[in-house]
Amino acid sequence: MTRQNMTLEVNGRRYDVSVEPRKTLADTLRDDCGLTGTHLGCEHGVCGACTIIVDGETVRSCLMFAVQAEGRAIRTVEGLARGNELHPLQSAFMQHHALQCGYCTPGFLMLTAGVLEQNPDIGEEELVDILSSNLCRCTGYENILKAVLAAAADMRAAK
Amino acid sequence: MKPAPFIHHKPRTIEDAVRLIAEFAPDDGRILAGGQSLVPIMAFRMAKPPHLVDINDVAGLDRLEVVDGMLHVGARVRHAAFRQNAAPGPTGAFLGAVMRNIAHHPIRTRGTFCGSLAHADPASEWCAVAALLDAVLVARSLDGQREIPVRDYFEAVMTTALRPDEILVEARLPLLAPDARFGFCEFSRRSGDFAIAMCLVTLRVEQGRIRDARFGIGGAEAFPRRLAEVEAILDGATPGETVWAEAARVAAAALDPLEDAVTSGAYRRDLVQSLALRAFKQVEA
Ligand SMILES: Cc1cc2nc3c(=O)[nH]c(=O)nc-3n(C[C@H](O)[C@H](O)[C@H](O)COP(=O)(O)OP(=O)(O)OC[C@H]3O[C@@H](n4cnc5c(N)ncnc54)[C@H](O)[C@@H]3O)c2cc1C
Ligand code: FES
Ligand code: FES
Repeated sequence: MTRQNMTLEVNGRRYDVSVEPRKTLADTLRDDCGLTGTHLGCEHGVCGACTIIVDGETVRSCLMFAVQAEGRAIRTVEGLARGNELHPLQSAFMQHHALQCGYCTPGFLMLTAGVLEQNPDIGEEELVDILSSNLCRCTGYENILKAVLAAAADMRAAK
Repeated sequence: MKPAPFIHHKPRTIEDAVRLIAEFAPDDGRILAGGQSLVPIMAFRMAKPPHLVDINDVAGLDRLEVVDGMLHVGARVRHAAFRQNAAPGPTGAFLGAVMRNIAHHPIRTRGTFCGSLAHADPASEWCAVAALLDAVLVARSLDGQREIPVRDYFEAVMTTALRPDEILVEARLPLLAPDARFGFCEFSRRSGDFAIAMCLVTLRVEQGRIRDARFGIGGAEAFPRRLAEVEAILDGATPGETVWAEAARVAAAALDPLEDAVTSGAYRRDLVQSLALRAFKQVEA
């Protein structure tokens, strides 16, 4: 099948890739950009492991094709930390024990990073609804909720 | 879980999109809107369209505005656009309340209102809203543009009056009266899942009497519809426990419920009765 040449902009860096139109953005990030932080669970939109940020909006990267992401600002979990300094969400996840196996973690981090950027004052009730978007099968949601609330407070204080 | 190969077409004008879908529809070419239903289906290989006409870059389809008392919703308007009041008065509040029941945040940023109507899942909230409000669906093809009233639109489970070579370019929703009240209640097994049943109601109260009652169901039958029997009971009645109970009972009786392996028709009937009562209580609040 014919491949298409294109340039993707991920975490501010340009990646020249050559992919078939049927290749999802998630697979392209992993296989062609070497960015394996984005995980795949269900590959049909249900689990949220593949959640990333495209042009400021959180999306399921298993439900977008790479050819649809050309020219857009893509952000993945690899872009969260500044050098050796973790993003407040990453620190809070460690501190509050919001992960065990970590498979779901990149999805939760990108989901909540995107949501907090748009709504820094998000309340607990709305956050619970947002978190229901992604599946975690080992930690449980209480610690994830605690971590995100703590990170939100840190991020507001740092402003 | 990888989609079959296809050729990706990326028109920028509606004319090009119409030409492309006319060319490829006979070959099972499809429109790609938000992709939040089509891509999962392709991942399961339940659909293997050899051509996708991607309308995400088509100019002019992102309109969301009121024209002559109707809210016009273009084919690129995403579910998330209804989060903040998308229309004046109770219409905007109603659509916002309904939207919070559709899937999850990262799906709402991509999925479209018109895509939901084209897909016509029995449990689609937007399909139920369109049926309740008597929406007009605007379809475009090489033959030109036609307006389909919602009563002629839904035909069966996931089957509509749209032809394969037609693009649903816009849905038009009549605005609710400024003093209209609304209720919406659905039940699904997990947060964000497709609902097993939902009830919708809008009405006005004038001098202690119910006027202009609309009552609709979704998720419970092959496609959503208004229930005239229920509206007849509501109209003219005094709002309160007595009429709510009677209307909910009639709603359950009027149902021709879907049945599947895990949900019996009798269960859906019971659910509709309970959900109708809850929706009526919201109207009172
Ligand atoms: C995990 C998950 C949970 C979900 N939960 C819900 C839910 O609770 N309620 C709900 O209603 N939906 C739910 N959805 C589906 C979601 O709302 C979809 O966005 C919607 O059903 C289809 O819209 P779309 O724009 O994504 O269309 P697409 O997936 O792009 O297309 C769907 C179908 O419609 C056709 N089509 C799309 N747009 C047009 C058009 N303008 N003209 C002609 N044909 C067109 C396509 O060819 C395709 O056949 C869920 C999805 C996921 C992944
Ligand atoms: S892998 Fe994308 S939602 Fe599960
Ligand atoms: S930490 Fe293991 S799935 Fe969430």
